[in-house]
Amino acid sequence: MEFSLDKKHEMARTLFKDFAETEVKPLAQEVDETEAFPAETVAKMAKAGFLGIPVPKEYGGQGCDPLTYVMCVEELSKVCGTTGVIVSAHTSLCIDPIMTYGNEEQKKKYVTPLAKGEKLGAFALTEPGAGTDAQGCQTKAVLEGDEWVLNGSKCFITNGKVADVYIVIAITSVTEDKRGRKKKNFSAFIVEKGAPGFSFGTKEKKMGIRGSSTYELIFEDCRIPKDALLGPEGKGFPIAMHTLDGGRIGIASQALGLAEGALERAIEYTKERKQFGRSIAQQQNTQFKLADMAARIDAAKFLVYRAAVAKATQRVYSVEAAKAKLFAAETAMAVTTEVVQLFGGYGYIREYDVERMMRDAKITEIYEGTSEVQRMVISGALLK
Amino acid sequence: MKIVVCIKQVPDTKGGVKFNPDGTLDRAAMLAIMNPDDKAGLEAALRIKDEMGAEVTVLTMGLPKADDVLREAMAMGADKAILVTDRVLGGADTWATSSTIAGALRNIDYDLVITGRQAIDGDTAQVGPQIAEHLNLPVISYAEELKIDGDSVIVKRQYEDRYHELKVKMPCLVTALSELNVPRYMTPGGIFDAYDEKEVTVWGRNDLKDLDDANIGLNGSPTKIAKASDKVRKGAGEKVTLDATESVAYIMGKLKEKHVI
Repeated sequence: MEFSLDKKHEMARTLFKDFAETEVKPLAQEVDETEAFPAETVAKMAKAGFLGIPVPKEYGGQGCDPLTYVMCVEELSKVCGTTGVIVSAHTSLCIDPIMTYGNEEQKKKYVTPLAKGEKLGAFALTEPGAGTDAQGCQTKAVLEGDEWVLNGSKCFITNGKVADVYIVIAITSVTEDKRGRKKKNFSAFIVEKGAPGFSFGTKEKKMGIRGSSTYELIFEDCRIPKDALLGPEGKGFPIAMHTLDGGRIGIASQALGLAEGALERAIEYTKERKQFGRSIAQQQNTQFKLADMAARIDAAKFLVYRAAVAKATQRVYSVEAAKAKLFAAETAMAVTTEVVQLFGGYGYIREYDVERMMRDAKITEIYEGTSEVQRMVISGALLK
Repeated sequence: MKIVVCIKQVPDTKGGVKFNPDGTLDRAAMLAIMNPDDKAGLEAALRIKDEMGAEVTVLTMGLPKADDVLREAMAMGADKAILVTDRVLGGADTWATSSTIAGALRNIDYDLVITGRQAIDGDTAQVGPQIAEHLNLPVISYAEELKIDGDSVIVKRQYEDRYHELKVKMPCLVTALSELNVPRYMTPGGIFDAYDEKEVTVWGRNDLKDLDDANIGLNGSPTKIAKASDKVRKGAGEKVTLDATESVAYIMGKLKEKHVI
C-alpha cells in the first residue's frame, strides 16, 4: 500500500498548483463579488487540457487517471471553489456518463469536443419537487416518430446557462408492479443547447460558488432527435445514480481543496498576527486547533484519493465515494468555519478570502447528494 | 528540422540556499526548477515545432535528479531528452560546463542549438556563447525574437537602449531571454507521456566526444570559489550630510579606499 504519490502525479500536482496560483487565485475574489462566470479561465483550462483529464486520448482527452483529475479539482478549489466545481460538473456529470453509457457516435460527437474544452457540459436531474427524492422527478419525454419531446423543468443546474451539452433525466414510461402500484421509468438524454423548446429560467443568487452558473432549465415541447437517448430506455435512474457516484468524488475533492486552502491561510495568518506581544500561533489553543484541522484534512484526503483509485479499479465504488464526500464536505465546513474564527474580525471581511471559503464550503454538504443521502448509501451497504 | 535546447535545473530560492564545504551549491538538498531563460528557449523551439515541424531534443548536465526537469520539458512537448551526468563532471564552472556540453553535442545531429541567456544561480551568461566557440558555431545572444527563414535564423538581439536584427545561417546557437515568450503550461497528458511513453537517455563521461579530462569537473574549472554565502545582512551603514562639493570629495575618497577606482 503506497501512501505517497509517484513522480508523474507529483508533477501533475505542480502543474495544477502553478496554474491555480497564477491564473485562478488573482481572480477569485472578483469572481465572487461580481458573480461573473470565469470564461477566460475556462478557456485557459481548455488549452491546458484540464477539461478532459480522465478521458482517453482517442476521444480528445489527456489519458490520465481519476486520481489526476481529482488532484486538479483539489488544487483549483484551494484558491477558488467556483473554478473547482466548473471542472468537476463538466467532467464527472457530463463527460463520464457519455463515456460509460454512450454509443460510439455519441462519444465521438460529444466527448471529443467536451474533453478538448470546445464545449462545456452539465447534468440535469434535480427539480423543484425532486431533490433527495430524485424519483419525484416529473419531466417527461415522449417518443413521437423520429423525435423525443421533453416537457418539464430542472432547477439548480451547475454550468446551467454556459453549457452546450446537457444530460437530462426524464420519465419515459409508467408501469404497474405486481401489486398494481405505479412505477416511473426514467431515461437519460443528451440535449444540446439551442434545441427547439429548450430555454433558461431563473439564475440563482447563491450563498457561495457565486461565479458558478446555476440556472433553471425549461423544456416546453422540446424536440430532440431519437438518437439523443443515452443508454437503454428505462435505465435513466441507475445511469443517474452511477453518474452521481463519480460526481461525488469530484465534489469531495472540491471540499478537500477548500479545507486545505483555508488551513494554509490560517497558518500564514496566525504566524503574523500579534496579540498580547506575541503571534497567536504561539498560543497553544491556536496550535491545537491547527493540529486538529491538519489531521482531519489528511483523513479526508486519503478517503478522497482512495475513492478516486476505486473508480479506476472497481466497477462499483458507491460506498467509497459516499464516505469521501460525506467526510470531506463536513471537514470543509468545520475547517473553514474554524479558520474564519482564527482570523477574528478580519475573518469576517471579504478581502481576507476565508469567509468566501466558508460560504463556498457549505454547498459541498448539500449538492450531488446531501450528507444525509451519503449516510443512507453507507448504512445501506453496511446493513445489507 | 532538428533543434537541441540546453536546459538547466536550478535551485528555487524559495526553499533556501544550501552550500557544500567547497563553496559550490548543494543542489541535491535544494528545491529545483527549470531555469526561466531556458524555459523560454524551449518554448521558442516548441513553437517552431508547432508551426513547421521539428524534432526538439532537450539536453542537461546535472545530478540524476535533473531527470525531473527533462521530464517537465517532455511534458511541454519536447521529443527526446538527454541527461549528461557523472560524478567527475560535478563542481564545474562555465568553462568545464560548456566543454562538457560541447562534448555531448558532438554526438548529435542538429540545425539549431538554443540555450538560455543565463542561469539564475550562476548569472554569468557565459555558457551559451562558450559552447558555440567550442563547436565553431556562430552565436547570437540575448534573443528577444526568433524566426526561421529557410536555412537561416533571424534574431532580434536585445541591447539596453536598442536592438539589432541579425540573420545567421544554420547550424548556429542562439541564447534566449525570458522576454522571448510566455512558456506554455505542461498538460496532464503530456506529463503522463513524459513518464510512461518517453525515455531519458543518460550519458556519462565516456559518452562525451573530444573532451579532455583537464577540462571537466571541479579540477577542470579555472574559476575558484573564494567564498559563497546566503544573503548577507547589511548593517545600517554610515550616514553623512555634506554640501555638494564636500560630498563629491567624500564619495571619491571612499571609492578609492575600497579599490573601486
